[in-house]
Amino acid sequence: MSKRLFVKGNEAAAMGAVEAGCRYYFGYPITPQSDIPEYLSRELPKLNGEFIQAESEIGAINMLLGASSCGVRAMTSSSSPGISLKQEGISYMAGAELPGVIINISRSGPGLGGIDASQSDYFQSVKGGGHGGYHIPVLAPNSVQEMYDLTMHAFDLADLYRTPVMLLGDSVIGQMKEALVPNARPVRELPEKGWAVRGKSGAEQRVVKSLFLGDGELEAHNWRLHAKYQVMKEKECISEEYETADARLIVTGFGSVARIAHTAVAMAREEGMKVGLFRPVTLFPFPEKALAEAAGRAGKVLVVELNTGQMVEDVRLSVGAAAQVCFYGRPPGAGSLPSPEELLDVIRKQYDDTAR
Amino acid sequence: MRTEVLIAGFGGQGVLLAGNLLSYAAIDEGKNVSYFPAYGVEKRGGSATCTVVIADGTVGSPVLGQPAVLVVLNQASLERFGAKVRPGGLLIVNSSLVDITELNRSDITIIPVPMNDIATDLGDLRMVNMVAVGAYVALTGAVQMESLSTALAQALPERNHRFIPANVKAIETGAQVAKSKKEA
Amino acid sequence: MQQVFKRPQSLKDVQTHFCPGCHHGTIHRLVADAMDLYGVQDKTIGVASVGCSVFLYGYFDIDVVEAPHGRAPAVATGVKRAKPDNFVFTYQGDGDLAAIGTAEIIHAANRGEDITVVFVNNTTYGMTGGQMAPTTLVGQKTSTSPYGRDKSKDGSPIRMAELMAQLGGVAYSARVAVDSPKHVLEAKKVMREAFGYQAEGKGFSFVEVLSSCPTNWGMNPLKANARIGEEMIPYFPLGIFKKEEA
Repeated sequence: MSKRLFVKGNEAAAMGAVEAGCRYYFGYPITPQSDIPEYLSRELPKLNGEFIQAESEIGAINMLLGASSCGVRAMTSSSSPGISLKQEGISYMAGAELPGVIINISRSGPGLGGIDASQSDYFQSVKGGGHGGYHIPVLAPNSVQEMYDLTMHAFDLADLYRTPVMLLGDSVIGQMKEALVPNARPVRELPEKGWAVRGKSGAEQRVVKSLFLGDGELEAHNWRLHAKYQVMKEKECISEEYETADARLIVTGFGSVARIAHTAVAMAREEGMKVGLFRPVTLFPFPEKALAEAAGRAGKVLVVELNTGQMVEDVRLSVGAAAQVCFYGRPPGAGSLPSPEELLDVIRKQYDDTAR
Repeated sequence: MRTEVLIAGFGGQGVLLAGNLLSYAAIDEGKNVSYFPAYGVEKRGGSATCTVVIADGTVGSPVLGQPAVLVVLNQASLERFGAKVRPGGLLIVNSSLVDITELNRSDITIIPVPMNDIATDLGDLRMVNMVAVGAYVALTGAVQMESLSTALAQALPERNHRFIPANVKAIETGAQVAKSKKEA
Repeated sequence: MQQVFKRPQSLKDVQTHFCPGCHHGTIHRLVADAMDLYGVQDKTIGVASVGCSVFLYGYFDIDVVEAPHGRAPAVATGVKRAKPDNFVFTYQGDGDLAAIGTAEIIHAANRGEDITVVFVNNTTYGMTGGQMAPTTLVGQKTSTSPYGRDKSKDGSPIRMAELMAQLGGVAYSARVAVDSPKHVLEAKKVMREAFGYQAEGKGFSFVEVLSSCPTNWGMNPLKANARIGEEMIPYFPLGIFKKEEA
């Protein structure tokens, strides 16, 4: 086992990117993710990599598009308002089937909002935030270790499916420090990048594009992308369960709020309530089957989010009639982060309902 | 075992360094830890707080609603967090700066430690955070005292390593005073 | 028999979709000529922009990345940083480069990215149907300036080649036209010089080419061609505005 380091979540993501072989980073400063560009501006030059502080988020995502077109591993990061600006580029990358990793250490909105922990970008992330009807895999780490591990995983998914991949965190996950074991990148068989531009070198011309004007061409392209998303749903769902086996109430949430809920569930268990936690790690593809199973056994699901209700829609779609779904949300802002005790109160109330 | 503390003061009192030091010590002992900082919007002079959760198993929430232990270094922090300490919990106050007469908490243990005076007597007011860490560790056993000495080398930047012996002294003095106050 | 004229090797043997009298075809040829001169076809990565020029890959026999509207210089930056030994150019129109992509062009130029930018200025948005561009001349009628461009409301046309010359990262900036054999020959020389800057690693090079758009100007090809000299060159003077010796 490697030595345990003590680092911030944001730094762990940057370290994971470097371990994954990413040598190209393009970004723009915005709180609360600036530790990522700061770390990479120090480290990439030492590795013969390239760091550019772009003129804007738009510039940065398009530099990522360009570098990725050449087949190299490349990344950008930002926070909510900046991610909005990147959506144009993300749509083009999805259309041109370009890999690339985008980290969103999201903040509160709408508009300038604030810098507090927020999960209000759930819809934007999982439903395809830009124009044109696409999805990208979205990973939601809940610890410093996962910021590292899932960043590496994001690069693999990106190459495997030729797609942009998003890591969605917030200031709790990005700013907190925990022990990190910087494990070596797992070995995974990945396809050759036979599509990447390289200067044709006497061989066939290669074109990276998202414009398809031929009769039926774009429809076929969309169906092919759709089929890819179905494969992801089949193969790439990740979730974590805690005390769900005998649970009569399943609490579910992702990222930072799942950490708070974990403690609330442990407290509820101490009070004798049969409560469990289901944490989606991939938000797209959403772990529908695993959740439906756990929820079906329990009969009731409590969705907790740092917004007014977004993931709850995917929970309802997953669970169907198999379980009752209720929601508890704290939209983001100063002082709105719920405590474990607060969630315990909600659990007590919902659990009592179950008992009746 | 799981221990949790909220350390609160104003910017410049070294609250975040105190939290980092505890965390490094816990990691050296093979424990799991989460350190979550929260500071005011201002770069200087605003409030500074951090939570440190140390556990043998799962850390769980890095966010604390009702901390089992609260360490307050200034009056504003007592007013903000004093009522939130979990019933049966522990409050360690910097009695050099904080007046607790208005605090109506008979359900918790309160240990006053004159942290500023101790740090000043030892030669540098800036060591008030070390005195606080010493007091906290002595009263809770969250980590071993020896681990703190080793962790200082990790928590402090290289250029400040020459202050390690003085910081160790401040930690020890904070611990001694806290223990004597508890027995008193 | 001696062959005196042939298609540049970097161009494909295809018919273009461009309108009769449009200058894109001539400009494509000049770009291909410069690529051939330095023998870089096999290591060139072109960056296509949005507009009539998007079909770059249909005419040039080179690898191409298609950029979102205005973002070609940022895309080219990513390409060049990942592939510093490759030859990278963008080919952009006036709406793309001088309106929606202003931030990208200014900053790629100012960083001194080692790329070449070919900027086609025809004073209008071609593909979208002849709307007012940042380069539309004062008084010029377009589908979104039906009463003529009004300086007090729409501002003045932007002179990009001069603007580029002010930036520290730019090594070469020039404006040419292709409305006469003389101008075409001059343009060929400038295009070769600009590509030479990149071939020799001398930094960012920029060539603005005044171009006709008979369809959207509502003119026949001859009249449109004449407009370049009569109306455009007086406002957009030809010349080399910066030529750093390195």
